[in-house]
Amino acid sequence: MKFQVDGRTVFASTGTGRHRADKPAAVFIHGAGMDHSVWVMPARYFARTGLNVLAADLPGHGRSAGPAMDSVRELADWVVRAMDAAGLETAAVAGHSMGALIAFAVASLHPGRCRALALLGVSAPMPVTGALLNAAEENDHAAIDMANTWSHSPAARLGANENPGMWMMGTGQRLLETAGPGVFHADLSACNGFDPDEFDGPVSCPSLLILGDADQMTPARAGLRVQQRLDRARTVQLPGCGHSMLSEQPNAVLDALISIFV
Amino acid sequence: MSKHKSPRTTGFDTLALHAGQAPDPVTRARATPIYQSASFVFPDSDFAAGLFNIERAGHVYSRLSNPTNAVLEERIAALDGGVGAIATASGQAAMHLAVATICSAGDHIVASRSLYGGTHNLLEYTLPRFGIETTFVDPRDADAYAAAVRPETKLLFGEILGNPGLEVLNVPLISAVAHNARVPLLVDATFATPYLCRPIALGADLVLHSATKFLSGHGVVIGGLLVDGGTFDWARGDFPTINETYSGFHNLVFGEEFGPQAFITRARKEGIRDFGACMAPMTAFQVLQGLETLPIRMARHVANTERVVEFLAAHPLVESVSHPSLPEHPDHELSKEILPRGSGAVFGFTVRGGRPAGRTLIESLRIFSHLANVGDAKSLVIHPASTTHHRMDAQALAAAGIGEGLIRLSIGLEDPDDLIDDLRGALRRVEKTVRP
Repeated sequence: MKFQVDGRTVFASTGTGRHRADKPAAVFIHGAGMDHSVWVMPARYFARTGLNVLAADLPGHGRSAGPAMDSVRELADWVVRAMDAAGLETAAVAGHSMGALIAFAVASLHPGRCRALALLGVSAPMPVTGALLNAAEENDHAAIDMANTWSHSPAARLGANENPGMWMMGTGQRLLETAGPGVFHADLSACNGFDPDEFDGPVSCPSLLILGDADQMTPARAGLRVQQRLDRARTVQLPGCGHSMLSEQPNAVLDALISIFV
Repeated sequence: MSKHKSPRTTGFDTLALHAGQAPDPVTRARATPIYQSASFVFPDSDFAAGLFNIERAGHVYSRLSNPTNAVLEERIAALDGGVGAIATASGQAAMHLAVATICSAGDHIVASRSLYGGTHNLLEYTLPRFGIETTFVDPRDADAYAAAVRPETKLLFGEILGNPGLEVLNVPLISAVAHNARVPLLVDATFATPYLCRPIALGADLVLHSATKFLSGHGVVIGGLLVDGGTFDWARGDFPTINETYSGFHNLVFGEEFGPQAFITRARKEGIRDFGACMAPMTAFQVLQGLETLPIRMARHVANTERVVEFLAAHPLVESVSHPSLPEHPDHELSKEILPRGSGAVFGFTVRGGRPAGRTLIESLRIFSHLANVGDAKSLVIHPASTTHHRMDAQALAAAGIGEGLIRLSIGLEDPDDLIDDLRGALRRVEKTVRP
């Protein structure tokens, strides 16, 4: 669906579900250079099973108007305004990678809006290597190559996707190529500039960390440190899974999300 | 040149062996198992519902997907640089699946006029019965492609190497025409395989292969593959099957939900589901066996072809040889750009003496097999004027670019000296009996 936030057009997938005011909600936030389509399977599951789903393209991504934002705090506030525009008072909030930082910030800054939290592929802080940042700043394809390669586990770089006939490396590359000039750099800057100490509000809702033990971008050990910031958190570690967990292990990710959202 | 360094990615030859497959998690089988099963057990009712509603990844029924086929699909997508692929019952089925996923009655295609006969039949005679028309143009004429586009045009199409003239499709140029018209470019890359050309990297959006040919490589299966590059922005054009709600799937809008996988998901969820032209798992296994040696075989196919082309081009009984490796071929320079590893192993040559000479030559060959196929490990030959196009008179053959003495060869993996000896002996027989 399309709606307006700050006078600009926003696209969000509802998982082909119809909004109903009496249903609880789930909000999904994509990572750097991605769009809502990474959430297609969870979005469709939770829509079918009775939640109002909002998987929005962040500003400047996918089908949402820009410009992209380069601060996690700004993005978290934007997500809350998007929830307002979509008529969602509270929601279970899931985020992947940069989206996980945004989800964490939503829970910390706006605790009344977040009834449950799922952080996928997360570390706090989330430093980005200079080589990647510099290449992204110049919109050089090397940035896409770096991010796409490092985001997949060594095994996933050879495929064997659970989703029949889909080549994960190709899809990851295409998504990053779809992002307009400057968008990926803004996202990476947001990740790199994230300071967890700025978000010291208590996060007391039920929380789940979903971590891949072959994640090169946000190593699981860094993700586990995030758990210390959450009052009621538990962790699911996915064996052999890299950072692109929504494509590498979609069924295990959905099982984990069901365990916290339902 | 970029000052930023990309990390090294898995090489083509490694992908040909490994992409899409890990050792079987239960049996530890190294080779891809043949999952000869019509259907797959659901762990529970909710998972079953999830599979049907595209919430879960997995297999339901082998018409829709199969674990052996999925390895092949992923592997060809990796080799072609796409986002996904579908294995089909034949190359023709892959072509039909591509068209049927995009076009409906009233739509229009612009296609090269130098096509495989089966594809030409589909576009010229069969699809018009379903309201889909095609305009055929010279594949070397980008302006003709552009001029033929109509408001209802949904697709541009060509073969990477045309049939029978081996016109090299200028993919960057024709894809620019397509994208300017806000339609995708579909390329049949059967003669090249991804070893010789990866059309998606050159600008094509969709690629199809007859896997019967070089991909499987041994002339033992019929199969096709359709690859989605994930590059085309469907939202920019008028594509109801991608951009509008589909009541056949609970009002799903594929373009909105699936991002770069929109086309291939629609093709699987509608085209394979409803038309049903799926590949058998045993066939997928055999194509995978072929793919494992594709780089080695294609290099040998090309090397042998260049030897044979060189021999024929110098022979006094040979009127002409049409292969882009020859400087006199109109696309010689373009072929270096589009097909830098070689221009394939299928080509035509014209023997002096017309139809009788062609017939005599073919009947005199001992190693080349006289049959209707290409891309086998064994060398093949056919005389179009007396077989595939035998109903045509000299004038009609000329219009189709087929001389009465034209012989089509598909060069295999034999010792090239034996192939040259075979051809030399057959040409000697032509000289003695036909006396051209």
